[in-house]
Amino acid sequence: MLKQIEGSRAVAEAVALCRPEVICAYPISPQTHIVEALSEMVRTGDIWPCEYINVESEFAALSVAIGASAAGARAYTATASQGLLFMAEAVFNASGLGLPIVMTIANRAIGAPINIWNDHSDSMALRDSGWLQLFAENNQEALDLHIQAFKLAEALSLPVMVCMDGFILTHAYERVDIPSQALVDSYLPPYEPRQLLDPDDPVSIGAMVGPEAFTEVRYLAHARQLQALALIPELALEFSQCFGREAGGLISEYHSEGADTVIVALGSVLGTIKDVVDALRAEGASIGVLAIKTFRPFPLDAVREALAQAKRVVVIERSFAIGQGGIVADSLRKALAGLHIPTHTVVAGLGGRPITTVSLERLFRTALAGALASLSFLDLDQGAVDRVLAHEREVRRSGPLANRMVQEIARASVRIE
Amino acid sequence: MSFQPVRFYQTGTYTVGNRLLDEAQRTVQATVARANSLTSGHRACQGCGEALGARYAMDAAMHATDRQMVVVNATGCLEVFSTPYPETSWQVPWMHSLFGNAPAVATGVAAALRVKGRRNVRVIAQGGDGGTTDIGFGCLSGMFERNDDVLYICYDNEAYMNTGVQRSSATPAAARTATTPAMGPAPGNEFGQGKFLPEIAMAHRIPYVATASVADLRDLEAKVEEATHLRGARYIHVLVPCPLGWGAASSDTIRLARLATESGLFPIFEARFGDVSEARPIRRPVPVDEFLRLQKRFAHLFEPTIDTERIAVIQAQADRNIKRYALLP
Repeated sequence: MLKQIEGSRAVAEAVALCRPEVICAYPISPQTHIVEALSEMVRTGDIWPCEYINVESEFAALSVAIGASAAGARAYTATASQGLLFMAEAVFNASGLGLPIVMTIANRAIGAPINIWNDHSDSMALRDSGWLQLFAENNQEALDLHIQAFKLAEALSLPVMVCMDGFILTHAYERVDIPSQALVDSYLPPYEPRQLLDPDDPVSIGAMVGPEAFTEVRYLAHARQLQALALIPELALEFSQCFGREAGGLISEYHSEGADTVIVALGSVLGTIKDVVDALRAEGASIGVLAIKTFRPFPLDAVREALAQAKRVVVIERSFAIGQGGIVADSLRKALAGLHIPTHTVVAGLGGRPITTVSLERLFRTALAGALASLSFLDLDQGAVDRVLAHEREVRRSGPLANRMVQEIARASVRIE
Repeated sequence: MSFQPVRFYQTGTYTVGNRLLDEAQRTVQATVARANSLTSGHRACQGCGEALGARYAMDAAMHATDRQMVVVNATGCLEVFSTPYPETSWQVPWMHSLFGNAPAVATGVAAALRVKGRRNVRVIAQGGDGGTTDIGFGCLSGMFERNDDVLYICYDNEAYMNTGVQRSSATPAAARTATTPAMGPAPGNEFGQGKFLPEIAMAHRIPYVATASVADLRDLEAKVEEATHLRGARYIHVLVPCPLGWGAASSDTIRLARLATESGLFPIFEARFGDVSEARPIRRPVPVDEFLRLQKRFAHLFEPTIDTERIAVIQAQADRNIKRYALLP
């Protein structure tokens, strides 16, 4: 059924259609609307049977999901930013224990300085935790990915993060198609746990493993996660056959075949990028887009194949590894090893800074002219940065960096274009 | 599932067989056919109070629930010595996740069992004093506040024994640990109240809070059984001396637990919905010295000279317990 609704509500309705049995959450912006809607649906009996557990922290939220999943219930939680970091220890445990929990990440920056707006720093910080990570481009895909995520998680007995851009998607009202319960039921079978805390057949879950077996356990976890590279396209195909629309998969391409310059990105910025690429292609520019839908496991082969003919690759990243550079670009360079394709990292949209078509167009024109640096920051106010750096050199005690930066930007009346 | 036959030798002895009691009053431990949660052959130290306390608590719970139970375990000695992969000593469904989240994991298990309509399966979480009073305290308080249907059992050996005897918030005043060394003008743990978690649990007004020790296993069994028959959040705090961490003889574990209660340092009581309902009177009062002298962690109170001032403060703490819980008639 087509509905004009908020992204969070759409995700909540998708989760409800997946018949979760235990939902637990701790409020954090911009995730809150999802779990508010779910708590209401549990209270009204629209999701039944289901337990909604209000917990005292994100650490407890995922811990409750761990217990519920191990005891045979389909478990769901959602978080963002500091919340994901606060539950980090349990994040690794959920995957190490092989528990198919689905968690929505309403992507948000990480402090300090505190910032509630969108970027991908949170899920990228936990990218090596053993969870599968799917990134949604729009609200329809966010909804569709949740339905696929439960099936994927339970098929592999591994947890899945569905990442959607905070505010940009979670708080946006868009038209989405919400499938019927019967359709979802035909796609997603009931949860059958691989391991179960059952008094009639007792097992010990989470035994201590020493040096004699730990490497093998980790190897097997790696091997199991890599199975997702074959399974995700299968599930996406099955989804499109069942629901009549495309969603998910490992990657998706947009005019990238034969294009000299390919823009790589994940998440909601892809829509803006495609608009700018359309305009440039209308002028005859050889430019295309590669969307990464699955970030963990990273689809090395699919990416390599898709980019093999490109002359240059530009990665738009909404996260940044301090002291290192682009996170997605690192994986990309691995995928392109030996192909000698220049790969440029553009860090954009940190902490909710808008990524505008004007800025992207200027960026892409620079790239097409072969004048893009290997690492750059979209719309960076270089003047303000230089003034703060000078201040730090000249004055022994500069105040907190962010305050100084805001002052410098205000003083020069520099507008961010 | 076949259970390993019981191979302990106490059956029929005065200690646990209760053979002086009427048949009806004897516990499950008095028979060869008793429940057996934790099999022999685990790797606990000789004289480990926690292994003893955990086995009796879990056996009693197995008996009371007719084996319809799930156990969640915090990181600690109990987890490490009982589950070195690929071996496990547990005959009940058992799960370890993390040091600080056992109460929350147990909440999740309980929620799943409710959804699945398995109301007869009971959930028990257990951990040491570090996992309970320190790192897991937030999750435990949350579990209490929600009144989740979980019985939490804390085995208190008064320090982080698994990591090599460091101070926890349950470490008593003046005790020497690796992080409160017997050095300087006030050697050992600084003086203070510490966290006495049973009273904090009571402040949550949960249905049942009790203390017990391995000196009276029948009492521990009875309290576990009582707690198993109740619904909602329940808490049992068991004093389990650690020969290694306390610097005591392996053969003194029970004796030390008894001296802790008979001196008033560790009161034995039950509380319902926040109010003390029953306290176990001291049978043979002893001064705290008798308890302290047997342990190397308090050796600096007696050598080279007797630190009467600090011992008096410990005695005053014991006297306050005796008064508060009316432990002497």
